[in-house]
Amino acid sequence: MEIGLMHFLTLAALLFTMGVFGIFLNRKNVIIILMSVELMLLAVNINFVAFSAYLDDLHGQVFAMFVLTVAAAEAAIGLAILVTFFRIRGSIAVNDIANMKG
Amino acid sequence: MLAALIFYLFAGILSLSALMVITARNPVHSVLFLILAFFNAAGLFVMLGAEFIGMLLVIVYVGAVAVLFLFVVMMLNMEFKELRKGSMRFIPVGLLLGGVLLTELVIVYQTWKINPKVLTETLGDSAAAPEVPLTNTEALGQILYTDYIYIFQGAGMILLVAMIGAIVLTLRERSGLKRQKVADQQKRQASDVLEIKKVTPGTGI
Repeated sequence: MEIGLMHFLTLAALLFTMGVFGIFLNRKNVIIILMSVELMLLAVNINFVAFSAYLDDLHGQVFAMFVLTVAAAEAAIGLAILVTFFRIRGSIAVNDIANMKG
Repeated sequence: MLAALIFYLFAGILSLSALMVITARNPVHSVLFLILAFFNAAGLFVMLGAEFIGMLLVIVYVGAVAVLFLFVVMMLNMEFKELRKGSMRFIPVGLLLGGVLLTELVIVYQTWKINPKVLTETLGDSAAAPEVPLTNTEALGQILYTDYIYIFQGAGMILLVAMIGAIVLTLRERSGLKRQKVADQQKRQASDVLEIKKVTPGTGI
């Protein structure tokens, strides 16, 4: 039983779908939504690295690195906004954030 | 055979912990399962021969991002039970959307023509091995610092902006806090604060 490219692609598809489903399952909790986004980015990275390994092309890994950079920046900014919002409102429910207009 | 065993071990734990991330009742458990997921993904990357990305995942994700999540979850000490209320209403929509997405991905993979050489090829037997084998990190560095140098610098700028943004967002001015202001101290003149009064004996000022 050999492990081919398809195995990795299937795993990444599964992981991405779980990330999407997580947003619906925890649609009120921003922290878990951010974690779901991280899961989706991880799935993308698995695709990049798997293709890079099986096509013998290192550029995929370079792109995986840039995805990693953007994911780290996004998590930092997202959590900073969350902390500021919690300090002002005392809640992190998504419904309350929708009131934040203007 | 061993490769298959390792793959299924890592992939199984990765999928299970991803499932636990989105279903766990306690967000602290979610973060811990996220860390487990990242560790297993790093294992898969090492198995694919991408050691550098795997180690980067452990250092950057587990060491920085996941710990940041953990800090925030523990700092925002609040009732998470409330947040779960009423989330069952959207499960059918979520299942529908997730199912559609998964089906689409499966259809793409089924009908997509991959070069059969790639599909049957197993890791490590690529014939194009160079004379002096480079390590993954060396090879990556040779591309990253030449072809991708501008994008690499741009990634650095993104991180800088994120850092400054996070500091600006979370910094707060607290009123009633006594701080040393060096400029004010330097500006202070004796004539501003000192006054000499003649005090006649027997009477006050």
